[in-house]
Amino acid sequence: MLLIECPWCGERDESEFSYAGEAHIARPLETEKLSDEEWANYLFLRKNIKGLHREQWNHAAGCRRYFNVERNTVSYKISGSYKIGEQGPVGDDT
Amino acid sequence: MSQSFRIAQGGRIDRDNQLKFSFNGKTYTGQAGDTLASALLANGIHMVGRSWKYHRPRGILSAGAEEPNAIFQLEKGEKTIPNARATQVELYDDLDASSVNCWPSLDFDLLSINSKVSRMLPAGFYYKTFMWPKSMWMKYEHIIRKASGLGKSPEVNDSDRYEHSHRHCDVLIAGGGVAGLTAALAAGRAGARVILVDEQSEFGGMALSSYDKIDGQPVSDWIQAAVAELQELPEVMLLPRSTAYGYHDYNFLTINQRLTDHLALNNRKGGREKLWHIRAHQVVLATGAMERPLVHSNNDRPGIMLASAVSTYVNRYAVKPGERAVIFTNNDSAYQTALDLNAAGAQVVAVVDARSQSSSELANMVRSAGIEVMNSCAVVDTSGGKRLQSVQVMSLSSDGQSVSGQRRTLSCDLLAVSGGWSPVVHLSSQSGAKAVWNEEAAMFIPGEPVQQQASVGSANGTLELKLSLIEAANAGNAAAKACGFDSNMKAPQSDAVISDPIMPLWLVPSDKEKGREPKAFIDLQNDVGSADIELAAREGFHSVEHVKRYTAMGFGTDQGKTGNINGMGILAKTLNQTIAETGTTTYRPNYTPVTFGSMAGQNLGSRLFDPARKTAMHGWHEENGAEFEDVGQWKRPWYYPKAGETIHDAVNRECLATRNSVGILDASTLGKIEIKGKDSAQFLEMMYTNNWMKLPVGMARYGFMLGEDGMVMDDGVTIRLAEDHFYMHTTSGGAAGVLSSMERWLQTEWPEMEVFLTSVTDHWATAAVVGPNSRKVVSAICEGIDFSAEAFPFMASRVGKIGELECRINRISFSGELAYEVNLPANYGRFMWEKLMEAGAKYDITPYGTETMHVLRAEKGYVIVGQDTDGSITVDDLGMSWAVSKTKVDFLGKRSLTRPDTARTDRKQLVGLLTEEPDSVLPEGAQLVNDPGAATPVPMVGHVSSSYYSACCGHSIAMALVKDGRRRMGETVYAPLADGRVLKATITQPLFYDKEGAKSNV
Repeated sequence: MLLIECPWCGERDESEFSYAGEAHIARPLETEKLSDEEWANYLFLRKNIKGLHREQWNHAAGCRRYFNVERNTVSYKISGSYKIGEQGPVGDDT
Repeated sequence: MSQSFRIAQGGRIDRDNQLKFSFNGKTYTGQAGDTLASALLANGIHMVGRSWKYHRPRGILSAGAEEPNAIFQLEKGEKTIPNARATQVELYDDLDASSVNCWPSLDFDLLSINSKVSRMLPAGFYYKTFMWPKSMWMKYEHIIRKASGLGKSPEVNDSDRYEHSHRHCDVLIAGGGVAGLTAALAAGRAGARVILVDEQSEFGGMALSSYDKIDGQPVSDWIQAAVAELQELPEVMLLPRSTAYGYHDYNFLTINQRLTDHLALNNRKGGREKLWHIRAHQVVLATGAMERPLVHSNNDRPGIMLASAVSTYVNRYAVKPGERAVIFTNNDSAYQTALDLNAAGAQVVAVVDARSQSSSELANMVRSAGIEVMNSCAVVDTSGGKRLQSVQVMSLSSDGQSVSGQRRTLSCDLLAVSGGWSPVVHLSSQSGAKAVWNEEAAMFIPGEPVQQQASVGSANGTLELKLSLIEAANAGNAAAKACGFDSNMKAPQSDAVISDPIMPLWLVPSDKEKGREPKAFIDLQNDVGSADIELAAREGFHSVEHVKRYTAMGFGTDQGKTGNINGMGILAKTLNQTIAETGTTTYRPNYTPVTFGSMAGQNLGSRLFDPARKTAMHGWHEENGAEFEDVGQWKRPWYYPKAGETIHDAVNRECLATRNSVGILDASTLGKIEIKGKDSAQFLEMMYTNNWMKLPVGMARYGFMLGEDGMVMDDGVTIRLAEDHFYMHTTSGGAAGVLSSMERWLQTEWPEMEVFLTSVTDHWATAAVVGPNSRKVVSAICEGIDFSAEAFPFMASRVGKIGELECRINRISFSGELAYEVNLPANYGRFMWEKLMEAGAKYDITPYGTETMHVLRAEKGYVIVGQDTDGSITVDDLGMSWAVSKTKVDFLGKRSLTRPDTARTDRKQLVGLLTEEPDSVLPEGAQLVNDPGAATPVPMVGHVSSSYYSACCGHSIAMALVKDGRRRMGETVYAPLADGRVLKATITQPLFYDKEGAKSNV
């Protein structure tokens, strides 16, 4: 079970959180100007990275805040948590 | 005592405390401190079961967690435990045990015929034979399972209590042998918070079976002093009878503690097991090592045991497992067993050693005791039935590949074997460290740690006591230091022992022609022999993971603890590669089986696992005979039958009473979310498909919420309470999802918006008063509101008073009737409900449940999200495009509405269906076709989403999603049913009652 640091509450067990998918996918501002392909890319396509992955988590059984985590999808090592809108750490890719 | 194999002195049993127990219906005695296995051996019982596939007699092999054979069913009824390992069951008074795999009895087993035809039952036999014809597999499977099952699942509820506990600690130590105790002393003395876990009843591990010395004193004295000291340290917690069975990410370990299993049934109090969830800063694994058997022909007879287990039974339990023993080994450790047996008065016929030389101090002590040592020799076969009678010994070549010379028969009733040691790398491997093959020591040792963890002692491949203590002290010191404690304990002292190296011997060669030799077993629990591994390799299974699955090696409840490494050795040899190249199978949790009770703990049923949510009026519904329906976690009244009424009678009555006078529904379960802040209206513009900026204060609007894919996600009525304050209703089941979705958009995409969301579902009790007389009922109990049609129009919201209490009344309708939703704080829900019932009495106010609610809304064609939609339905599919703004620049899901597939005009669309026979009701979910006589597969054109009998219409009504349905008004579709009937129906508008909408407009 992962140990996840909520930027507001500190380290907590994974069971307090719910996963919320890949991070840093900004909703396009002028959606009507997008081609079908561009919209489909935003809507459906995700990276499925092997290695360092930035993802959103929600402290669902805690402060209910969404935040970002950088996690290695191979080793499950978390290199850091950071608030929405922040740039976040770049962990070592091992 | 009739324990004729009990040694007169020694051991750690309590000779003054004799216990009775029963095995397969016969009564025996043992002593406190015995395991069930040691008590059976004390009574001379070796044969305890039949093997899984061939039903061969099997005896006790080991003295610990690795036991493959002595697997019993304990107790009966609500206390029954299947598949208990007798080697780990502490004996208690009146224990009741029986063998699990013999039918009709242990001594007379009908299925042992399988043994005679074993050549016809190779690896993969079941796959190859019984899978054809496919239709017969279910029948075969039933017979196979009956013939080969292990324990029986309990048939009644477990009466025991199970608990969970959570802890953090600095240093968690798994294994309380001398290495674990040393590490615990090092970290504990430094002040670290230490948890020491051991699966046995007393700490000490393997050393409890030995006469080693530590710091000049007998090891048992040293253990006693160490435990006493640890018990005094305030930050140290000792967990005996506890198995660390899972090692997960971030040093999270799961530990199962058995609290009462060692007590007689009538002395058990409190919880049976406790599951500890422990997050540790540092972990030290001191889980020891397990001895491997040797693989030779007929190596599975009762009376063949691991050498270390023999020493344990002799030294710890004062039991002589045999009178005439032969030792067969490829390493030094079994020589100690020869000395132990000799000291206990058993005759040691010979030590058969595969190695050409054995000249260590230990080996010479054996020779000095007058015991014959046969070097360069191997046991090639054994004889005996239900007990070993003799072994056959031949000369072994120095490479271990062939035997030669005459067979020499040694008469014996015990064969103690040692094929070397396998460190218990299970937890280390579970933690992510890949086990590495050490060629010299012929063992897999823990790989480089990937978590904050160290392995010590024999778990790390360090079998020698002296070195093991040094390693453990170092690891204890290092773990404490990593947690910020100054720790520098010196290692306890022990004498150095010099051993001769091991000679790996994975398969003892046979003198018989290849293919004609008797079976040599690797996995005793699953009856996998060396020939099965070779066959699998020949048939093309080269990956060790595939061989495991094809042969079922390591699939038993013992997970191949004794056999797997031998199997991998044989596979490597067959494939002509090294063991390092072959690799191990994956070690996964759980280390030993864990009860479902322990995993569940107190998370049971509707109390904690899936709590039932009840409204404030729940008691009234119960007292008035409501039948309930589960909606999410909510218990909602379904209908209120009067004496003698069926559900249909009750629903027809409730519908007519509501349409003709007045009905009342508990609507408290609807999701309610308050939305506040200066940007609230703008936020709703994005969440909903319609316009919210200009909604006047005190008015409500119905809206659809879409996913970004354009599909309907939720719907409901939202009221504007103030310029910056809204009150949103969601579906009963969707409230939590809608709240977290809105939070997500606010927090991640529009953090600049000043909007606050608060769930108030549980804060308000809501009663919907519905029907032509509803105005009279509500206005009778509510003051301060002008209820006239002009002053309080449809979709308006007003605040008034019921007695002293402020109430909110919303004129909204889910039935097409004049209707008011009355809200009071939840604590007054029942008061409100009873006031309304009282005021409505003269109009014969009728409580109704969700079934009537469904009929009423379907008569009006109102959809239920999640019933008439399924995540692939757009607002336009529902025929409700009026609810989607054409002018708004953006809202969630808008862009998807012009995607080619969403914009198609022939999608499945919501329509009404009227059956040809007014009384036949289409089943919900029924598939619809145009021509039921068409060749199969008949193309499906849609399905029924809602269907009821409407008493108000005098006809069954249904809503359905039909391809291009809106253009097919008046056409016919058919619903072929599972019972062979085909119902014919006409496509109509989804609106069946009061088509002009006159009834709500009063």
